[in-house]
Amino acid sequence: MAATQEEILEGLAEIVNEIAGIPTEDVLLDKSFTDDLDVDSLSMVEVVVAAEERFDVKIPDDDVKNLKTVGDAVDYILKHQG
Amino acid sequence: MNSTNRTVVVTGVGATTPLGGDASSTWEGLLAGRSGVGLLEQDWAAELPVRIAAGIAVDPATVIPRPQARKLDRSAQFALIAAREAWADAGFTAKAGEDGSVDPDRLGAVVASGIGGVTTLLDQYDVLREKGVRKVSPHTVPMLMPNGPAANVGLEVGARAGVHTPVSACASGAEAIGYAIEMIRTGRADVVVAGGTEAAIHPLPIAAFGNMMAMSKNNDDPQGASRPYDVDRNGFVLGEGAGVVVLESAEHAARRGARVYAEAVGQGISADAHHITQPEPSGNGIAHALQNLLDSSDLKPAEIAHINAHATSTPQGDVAEIKALRKVFGHDVDHMALSATKSMTGHLLGGAGGVETVASVLALYHRTAPPTINIENLDPEADADVVRDKPRALPEGTIAALNDSFGFGGHNVVLAFRTV
Repeated sequence: MAATQEEILEGLAEIVNEIAGIPTEDVLLDKSFTDDLDVDSLSMVEVVVAAEERFDVKIPDDDVKNLKTVGDAVDYILKHQG
Repeated sequence: MNSTNRTVVVTGVGATTPLGGDASSTWEGLLAGRSGVGLLEQDWAAELPVRIAAGIAVDPATVIPRPQARKLDRSAQFALIAAREAWADAGFTAKAGEDGSVDPDRLGAVVASGIGGVTTLLDQYDVLREKGVRKVSPHTVPMLMPNGPAANVGLEVGARAGVHTPVSACASGAEAIGYAIEMIRTGRADVVVAGGTEAAIHPLPIAAFGNMMAMSKNNDDPQGASRPYDVDRNGFVLGEGAGVVVLESAEHAARRGARVYAEAVGQGISADAHHITQPEPSGNGIAHALQNLLDSSDLKPAEIAHINAHATSTPQGDVAEIKALRKVFGHDVDHMALSATKSMTGHLLGGAGGVETVASVLALYHRTAPPTINIENLDPEADADVVRDKPRALPEGTIAALNDSFGFGGHNVVLAFRTV
């Protein structure tokens, strides 16, 4: 069953917390991975791989650069999840 | 900054070792004659011929938060812990450039390891095979590269004068400190954070060193296994950890009123050109390094009161070093209190020169030579004044200490420090 927007946000928050140590409540739709959440380009790859596994979605490398904010990632996963 | 022969001093020390999580607890452990060696309890150790090692006393996971730690190889974690301590111990309270204490363009970092991020490499290879390509960490390359610890230390303190990693197996830590001394002496930098680190307690390195017959297999007596100068010594015991010092030009240290532990007098370097792993048995290669030290500095053999020996507890190496000391210093060796601290810490490979420089500098500062433990029957060929079982007071007046480090490949590095 496909995850809701709320479930995806919650899942991403847990992933970002695990990888960057940011409190889950600070991982909000308008936050930038790089500027707000201490997720650099290498750590972003880890976020993507964890999200792919959790939400049964493929995020090709070429699409990763478009995921600037948490909201970008949530929308992408909503649209592409299996 | 055109001066090419500036005086260099040590203003900060830091360490994380099998004896303690910082320099002072390590020093107390050395004075107490405590062994940091234990039995390897991990499942993977059960099949190995060598099941002993000197693991770190304080788990780095309790010091470095997980989000940062997961991007750092264990060797870089040790280096960072030791460097932070040394930086604070030198009286710096901020990253370079954030206050006026040091110009980032005049700050360097030189940190070495013998093997680099070997556990990262091997662990990620396991990930590749077991979980597939996509699961290999994107942090793998910066974690396994041998310059990773130096680069992370450089980032931490804001070093822009140059970040370096000389690699010479078990002499790497000492070579790093020697390189740093030169950076300051020749005017390239005013302050350099320098040392060595190693984290190689993993079945592959242990199997490999074991198959070289380089390691002690005294699994039934872990704390007695590292026994430099004892007639029954049968190889080294692998240790892990890091030792880092802050080196500084004497003028820079004086200008900011820093406490000075010792002068870093200089170094002597040579290579054996004899065998890829065996030490040159007559000690000629090491003697050449000692002679180079005397020729390139104002150090006098009469001043040398203490030597932190390389002495890893191998049958050949321990004696070759003493032969070299006799060749160069003759009867002066009689007044040099010789300590083999690897009897307590095990052999930290590229970390050894860092930790043993910290020990040498503290020995001068406290005028106390740490002991060598586990000598039941002194090898008659160990023709020197070995400090056994208990620490020994060093004489008053101006005295110097040497730290010897030698590495596979025939690398010989001798560092000299002197009281101020």
